Order: sequence, then structure tokens, then C-alpha cells
Amino acid sequence: MIYLELFYTFFMIGAFTFGGGYAMLPLIQEQVGVRWGDVISQQSMIDFVAVSESTPGPFAINMATYIGSEMGGVFGSFCATLGVVLPSFMIILIVAKCYDRFKESHIVKGCMTGLKPAVVGLIGNAVLGVLMTVFFPAGISLSVFTGISFYIYAAIFGVMLLLALKKVHPILIICLSAVIGIAVGYLGF
Amino acid sequence: MKLKRIWQLFCTFFKIGAFTFGGGYAMIPLIQKETVEKKGWITDEDILEIIAIAESTPGPIAINSATFVGYRTAGFWGAFAATLGVVLPSFMIILAISYVLRQFQQLKAVQYAFNGIRAGVLALLFKALWSMYQKAPKSWVSYTVMAGAFVLTAFLNVNVLFVIIGCAVFGLVTSLLVKKEAEK
Repeated sequence: MIYLELFYTFFMIGAFTFGGGYAMLPLIQEQVGVRWGDVISQQSMIDFVAVSESTPGPFAINMATYIGSEMGGVFGSFCATLGVVLPSFMIILIVAKCYDRFKESHIVKGCMTGLKPAVVGLIGNAVLGVLMTVFFPAGISLSVFTGISFYIYAAIFGVMLLLALKKVHPILIICLSAVIGIAVGYLGF
Repeated sequence: MKLKRIWQLFCTFFKIGAFTFGGGYAMIPLIQKETVEKKGWITDEDILEIIAIAESTPGPIAINSATFVGYRTAGFWGAFAATLGVVLPSFMIILAISYVLRQFQQLKAVQYAFNGIRAGVLALLFKALWSMYQKAPKSWVSYTVMAGAFVLTAFLNVNVLFVIIGCAVFGLVTSLLVKKEAEK
């Protein structure tokens, strides 16, 4: 049953993601790919990262609502969102009650020394996956490098990375990329 | 009185959820302004506590901080109201957008736009990765875990969940060993 599957998949994602922002991306990418890869392509997942970045609210909630809605309509998105929220909610209620013991816990501190860098490595892999989808959607072959479109998208990527490092707002970067994408598309590359 | 407080928590976090882009850390300044400066429900020290807790518990930072502030302010139902408030705007907006997107994704212009956007998103992800790398602790344990997590998932196709659990255990064991060494 899709509703139950949405709930427990996102429950697990919520329970095992440490850190904010894109920390959830590796788990979402893997779980969605394994379970619903035939309905939600890697491309549409990247598109949705852009939508999530340009709408208010936490990335995790946006992703859960979107994937839930694609797989099971309104009730599906309700189940996925409830699933991703519930672990945090319960854990914080417990921690809020015994905060001092939690703060001094060597076990928590020890685990965090492994978890913080792990998230960086995992996101590294997620970004590599996005890179492959953007530049080599049909796999790496020599023909990719002979077409002009590869170089156009590489140039868009380069310029946008420069702007991002100059702290230009993400929404502006997404809008600029969209305009260039439309122009390039109608010019027929 | 308490009911009023719970309703205020809901409204405040609804506003926070509706007006922060980028989620998580972007929400902290707004939470500070609304709950410390305007309402005086919690103190600046509580905000620092919230960040520390949100970072060392699983789940989205936005949810963690809403639940924590709500609980501190008005107990269980306060936590419930604040969490519901922070989730609801995203939920409604995304539900609407996913329907609109489905109607328009056949359009040529939309497809072209997303071709460009994907390259832009890749750039944003690279930037996020870079700033996370800079924030990570600089030690041999840290670099080993980073490289290990990357290689295991990228080239050996190990399940992400196993890697997360493994890295937590590795961090725990090495920090206990370091502590023992220091006690000697």
C-alpha cells in the first residue's frame, strides 16, 4: 500500500538525517530511486530541488510533500510529510525533558564527531549523482563531448557557480538559469 | 490563557514557515526575532541551545526548533501547535505547485527552462557542499569519515543508512579512544 510505504520511508529518512538543508538529499535520492524510480526520474527530482529552493519552508518538508503528492495525491503527501516530521517531533520532546543529561552525553558527542563529516561525504555522492544526470543523462560516451549542448550547460554551470560563490541569492540564480535555458532552447541547440 | 499562548505559537510559526526561503538555518534569525525580541517567550541562550540540539538530533532543523520552542513555551500542545504551524505553509504551497507543474510540464518553454535550471541547481549544490566542507571539523578522523562515506556510497553502492550508522559508531569509538588516551 502506497500510503503506508510513503509514511515509513519518510519516517526513516526523518529519523536518520542529521544536519539541516541538503543533508536529507542523499537519503531521499537513494530511497526514491530504489522505490519509485520508474515514476519520479532523477531529472524531475533535480527540478524539484529548484522549486523547493524558490518556495518558502524547509527543504525536507517541501521534498516530502512533493514526492508524496506525485505518488499518492493529497493523502499521499500528508502521509509523507507526517512521516518526515514525526521522528524529530518525538525526539525533541524527549530531549527537551532531559536536556542537561543530553548536552553532557559523551555518547551523543562521540556519534556527532562521526556524523558531521559523514554528511559531507554523502552529499558529495549526491552531488556527483546530480552532475551525472545533468551532463551525462545517457551515460558517458565520446558523443557527449562532440555535441554543443554539453558545453552550453557546462558554461551555465560555471557562471552560476561563480555567482553562487559571490553570494548571489539562490532564487536569482535559478531564474537566470531558467531564462538562459529558454533562450538556448529556442535558439535550437 | 494557555490556549491563547498555543494559538499564538501556531500563528508565529506559521508566519516563520511562510516567509523563510532555504529552510533550516535561514529560519533561526526569524525565530529569534519573533520568540525572543517580540514575544519574550524564550531567551537568547535558549536559541543557542536550540541550535546545539537541532544539530545533534535527527530531522530538519526547522522542525526541531519549532518543537523545542513550542514545548518550552507551552508544553506538549505548544510543541504540536508550533510544529503544525511551521509545516503547514510549505505543505499547502508545494501541493498547489505540484499540480500546476504537472499541467505545464509538457510545454516546450518549461522544458527548456528546466534544462537551464538543472545546471543552476548543480551549481547551488556545489556551493552548499563547499561551505559544509569548510564547516566540518579538521582532523584525521573527520577526513577519513568524509572520504569513507563518499567512496562507500559512490563506488561500492553501500546503502546510505548503513553508512550513517557506521560513521556514528566510528565517531563514537574513536572519541572514546581519544578520551582514554588523554586520561592516561
